[in-house]
Order: sequence, then structure tokens, then C-alpha cells
Amino acid sequence: MPRPLTPPLPPCAVAAQSVPCSRRRGPVACSVVQVYSRSTMWSRQRGGLKPLRCGVEQLRCRRREREAALRKARREQQLVSKRLLRDEALEEAEEGCVAMIFGEAEIQQFLRLAQRGTEEKEREGALVSLRRGLQRPETQQTFIRLEGSIRTLVGLLTSNQALLQLEAARCLHELSHSEQSAVVEACLPATSYLLTYLSGHSSDFIELCLYTLGNLIVESEAVRRQLLPQGIVPALAACIQSPHLTVLEALGYALSQLLQAKEAPEKIIPSVLGSTLPQHMLQLLQPGPKLNLGVAVEFAWCLHYIICSQVNNALLITQGALSTLGLLLLDLAGAVQRTEDAGLELFLLQKQPSLLPEGLWLLNNLTANSPSFCTSLLSLDLIEPLLHLLSVSNVVSVLVLTVLCNVAEKGPAYCQRLWPGPLLSSLLDTLAFSDTEVVGQSLELLQLLFLYQPGAAQAFLQQSGLQALQRHEEVAQLQDRVHALQQTALHG
Amino acid sequence: MQLPPALHARLAGAPGSAEPLPVERDPAAGTTPFSFAPRLVRFPREHDFFEDGDVQRHLYLQDVLTQVGGAPERPRVPEFTCQVAGCCQVFDALEDYEHHYHALHRNVCSFCKRAFPSGHLLDTHILEWHDSLFQILAERQDMYQCLVEGCTEKFRTSRDRKEHLVMRHLYPADFRFDKPRRSRGPAVPGAAEQVLAEALGDDRVPSEGDAMEVCSEHVEPSPEPAGERRAYSHRIPSTICFGQGASRGFKSAKKRNKHQ
Repeated sequence: MPRPLTPPLPPCAVAAQSVPCSRRRGPVACSVVQVYSRSTMWSRQRGGLKPLRCGVEQLRCRRREREAALRKARREQQLVSKRLLRDEALEEAEEGCVAMIFGEAEIQQFLRLAQRGTEEKEREGALVSLRRGLQRPETQQTFIRLEGSIRTLVGLLTSNQALLQLEAARCLHELSHSEQSAVVEACLPATSYLLTYLSGHSSDFIELCLYTLGNLIVESEAVRRQLLPQGIVPALAACIQSPHLTVLEALGYALSQLLQAKEAPEKIIPSVLGSTLPQHMLQLLQPGPKLNLGVAVEFAWCLHYIICSQVNNALLITQGALSTLGLLLLDLAGAVQRTEDAGLELFLLQKQPSLLPEGLWLLNNLTANSPSFCTSLLSLDLIEPLLHLLSVSNVVSVLVLTVLCNVAEKGPAYCQRLWPGPLLSSLLDTLAFSDTEVVGQSLELLQLLFLYQPGAAQAFLQQSGLQALQRHEEVAQLQDRVHALQQTALHG
Repeated sequence: MQLPPALHARLAGAPGSAEPLPVERDPAAGTTPFSFAPRLVRFPREHDFFEDGDVQRHLYLQDVLTQVGGAPERPRVPEFTCQVAGCCQVFDALEDYEHHYHALHRNVCSFCKRAFPSGHLLDTHILEWHDSLFQILAERQDMYQCLVEGCTEKFRTSRDRKEHLVMRHLYPADFRFDKPRRSRGPAVPGAAEQVLAEALGDDRVPSEGDAMEVCSEHVEPSPEPAGERRAYSHRIPSTICFGQGASRGFKSAKKRNKHQ
């Protein structure tokens, strides 16, 4: 008789399944986070928003500080962030009760109890206490310095007591989250087991192992130098077939940390590309009712790290990356509204300013060498929405103008379709900018229009174009082009 | 957020419009003092262009806290016993049961009742421990498969494989899921062995039983015959009762009659 894949439930447990249990994401340092339901074998109910613990202004201030810190860290190439799974409800219950700092003697006692205690509850309790203590860096330091402590923990991790395994894994998870390299690297003896357990079936446990691995991975190259020969890529490739969303999100996190590594382009990405991971990733990014955002976010970042490393993007394209991502973008943009007087709808990007640079960058690469893409841009009436974006920011304006130049430089047939229309007045507006790069790009576009579109120069003059040019006559990077345009406008 | 209908249709795979417009360039275009030329832009990963996105990503990572199992909010159920025939473990929470089940009953060897963390390790165990055909073949060719997923190396002896695991894959020398096969049959609970193990100063969990075999760290690969390796703990905890449970034997029906 085959073993059932899911544990058969006793009747009382079946009844209990209908009891909702809310699992919530909680705030860290006063940031508001949306609550989130996890799907495990037993369904849970979605909870509500958690109330703010502090004022809105404080919140904004805090967030600005964190952003600034992250930017600085990035410039110094020290950008390391980890994810921590912690029992939010438990923390709440213990509000006011700070995690203890344990000394050597106490830690030894917990370990002894966990190993040799006679009562199961006693053993589990000892590990729970230890785990709480390990939330404190001081306790972490003491723990790793204690001889045999990690070995004992690993022994418990691989014991035949399932609940001890879980608690031991949680202890390791706390250690993995430390900011101290020494603490994190002390977890190395456990990695072969963490990887082995990825091929198991207990989704909570696997999720925990994955987040722990992700935290370890991002810590140092030394860790990755051990994990790669231990087979982390094939282990992840096997694990990505799990049906559990929580496991998939955790896997995406771990993989994204791996792909973000400095040495990834040479040492990691080739083997990832050679595995079945990319196909599965793309599958998980397919738009549709089964798309899970938490999962998709992680794998989108994975793809980003792979693609911008330029290792073998052609392979990804053959696996359908472009169409998957394009359709996903469409899906995220929402349904198309069919109205009678469907004028031009504003392009998605206008409502998502943080996406503008990326979207326009994409447009640039699509239009640069492609007459058919440029033609599409024209025939799909996308020029006007693009012009609307010119007032957003300097970076965006330069990108928009570059895209327009890509179109215009293809010759008269293209410029004809850009004319007449709002383009001229938009250009006159940009000439009023003070940013040199924006103005410079406008001048390039004007040259192309004057060259290919009869009447453009004339219209320019009539709309006080010369005056608009004048204010830049003295600017070093712009002078020569300004004069050239003035000449062309006046003398043809 | 709406996209122009025509664009949506096109991107979603609707048939394209007419031919691209004809390209006709004037050599004067983009010449001094002008310089425009269309070009593909590639940003390397560390480029400032990605700074905003990276910052957003890390804020997201830092903001997200999910819960690990073990919360008091777990559904409360009256105590129930594991449903697997013969297992007496008791639970009062469903998550605990899930993990217990998968850890101890999912991949169990039907011959010796050992539990393994994955189907892969179980299959390897059955092959190497309970398949006499394997033993015969192993005399003539490399049959011991590397345990690391994705590695296709095979070895003549289990010792060679262990060395490979250690040297090539940086596995610990005492990796708990790689045991040399004992010449005896299925494990026999023995208090004597237990005492011996403790006398060796082993600090393993004494009640580990057979589910996960533990190789003593003090035992070096030595000439002694496999049957004399006694440093394992064999005591089976009272909470595990071996019964008729439907554990797995050979996957292939063909090999059924070859088991010992």
C-alpha cells in the first residue's frame, strides 16, 4: 500500500481545520506592512492591517534614514539584507519581556536538557528557551564560542525527533540572521544537512531551511565557496518543483541572494543557467490566476541579477523570457478598458513613476535598431503619452527624448508621422529647462526634424524658437549646436 | 492602469500592422556639432541606474517578517495520535504532526524501518543495504553513487564515495546519511551497544534510535570488519513503535524477489 503523500488526519483534526488561524507579518521598527496569509496544508485566514505603533511623521523619517543607509551601503558595495522568520504572535505575547542574555552555564544546561532530557516537552522547551536567547547578539557570541555547541545543535537538527529538529533549525536560523560574520560562519557545519532536507516534504521545515540558507549565502564568499560544491544549485533545482507557495518564495529569496553575489557572473550564474531553474522561474512568472506576487517578486529579482550580468541572455530568450516578462508587465498594468471615446490612455508608466527609467530604457533598446518597433510606436499612438512624461524628471526627459531621436533618425517617413502635433510645443518647453543634458538631447532631435521634415524649421521660427534657443548660446556644451540650429532655421 | 488598446492587443500577440516604414538616412544627420546615433544601452549590475531599484528591494526584504511554525495561534485540537499504524506519538497541533509525519513516516525502509529525509536517500539505502544484486554487481563495477544531487560519479566502495563527498563536495566526514552497510541484517536494539557508545564519550543524542543513523565521530575508517562497528546507538525510543506501517521497499516490482 503506497504511503499517502499527505498525512491522514484524525477526525478531530479535520474538524479543527475549519478554525481560522491568522498568521501575520508584523512590523519591524515601525514600518507598516500588509498582512499576508500563507497557504500551507491547512488554510489560514487573511488578517487585517496591523495598527501603527508610532506616528506617521516618525515613520517617514525612519524610512528616509533607512533609505539613505541603504544607498550608502550600495555605493560601498556593502548591501546585505537578510530575512528573518520569527514568531510575531509569540513576540507579542512576550511584549515587555526582552529576550534574555544567557551565559555559558545556561546555554550548556539548555543543550544538555535538549540532548538527554527524558521528557519530550522538556527537551523541546529547552531548545525554545535557547532559541529565544539567541535573538540577542551577546548570547549568539557566547554560544558559538562554547565548545561543541554547534555540533550538538547539528546533532539535534538531524535527530529523529521531529520537533527537536524544527527547534534546532530555528536556532540555526537565528544565528544565520546575525550581523556578525563569525556567528554566521559558525553555522557552516550544518549546511550539508540543510541542503539534504530541501529534498524532503515538510514544507514548514523546508521553508525554514531555505531562509536560513539564504541568510548564510549573502553573508560571505567563504560560505558560498562551501555551498556550491555541496550542490546547492541542483538542490534548489529539485526543490523548485514544490507546490507550496511558501517554499517557493523562500527558494526565490535564497536564489536571489546567491545570484546577487559578486562572483556570481563567473561562478554561479553559468551553472544556474545550465540547470532547470530558469524554466521553472519563468513558469512561476506567467501571468494568470495562479500568479503569486510574493513568489513572483523573488524570481523577478533572480532574473534581473542573471540578465544584467550578461552571461547568456540568448538562452533565456529561447526559453521565452521576453514574452513571459512582456505579458506579465501587461497583466500588472491591468485590464484594458474599452470605452466609446477611447482617446489615448496614459501609458502604465505614468502611474508608476518608479518604473519610468526602466520602462524607457527598455523602449530605447527596442527602438534603437528596429524600424519595425519605431513604426509600431507611431502606429500605436504612443508618441503623445511619451510627450506627457517630459515633465517628470530630468532623467526621464532625457530618456524620452532619446527614444524620440531613435524614431526620428530613421528618416523622412518617420518624421512625417511625428508631425504636426504636440511634438514641437513639447520641444519648445524642454528648451526652457536648465538641465544641459535635456536641452542637448532636444537639440539633437531638432536637428533631425529640420533635416527630414520640410516645414519644421519654419514652424519652429514662427513659434519663437529662436528666442528659446538664445538662452543657451553661452553654455559650453550647447553653443555649437545652438548656433548650427539657428543657422538652419534662418537660412534653410 | 490602462494601456492603449492597440498596444495591448499587439503585445498580447495580435497580428502585427503593416510593414515598417522605409528607412532613409541623410549623411548629414548626427554630424558635427551633433552626435546622436541610436545605440543599445546596457547597464552593468553595479550601475547607479539600478540604485533606486536595489534600495526598494532591500527595504522590502527588511520589512518582511513571516512567521515560523510553533506559534500559540496554531489551531488548537484535542490531543491526537499519529495515524500511522503502530506509531504512538501524540500531538496537540497540526503543524507538529505534519513535520513528524514527513520526517519519520514518509520515507521509511520497509526492511529495516529506518526513516530518511528524502526519497532519494531512501532509494540509495535500499539499493545499497538490501539488494543482493547490488552487492554482486558492486564486486565488478562502480556502483556506489555520489549522494549529491546532480553529481553522477560512482564508486567502487562506500569508503571511496565518502572520500569523494568529503574532498569534492566538502561534506563533513561524519555525514549522518552516509553509512557503510553492516554485514548483519536490520538493526537490533541493544542496550550493550548503547552503553558502549556512551563509554566512548559520544555526545550524540542517546535516544536517537535507528531513524537517523549516527556515525560516531571517533570511529576512523579502519581495517575492522563492518560487523564490529558498534558505536551506533540502537535504542529505540518508546514513542516509535514499529508496526506494519506501509513503508517503501523496492520501487521496481521486478526486484521484489531479490530482497534478503
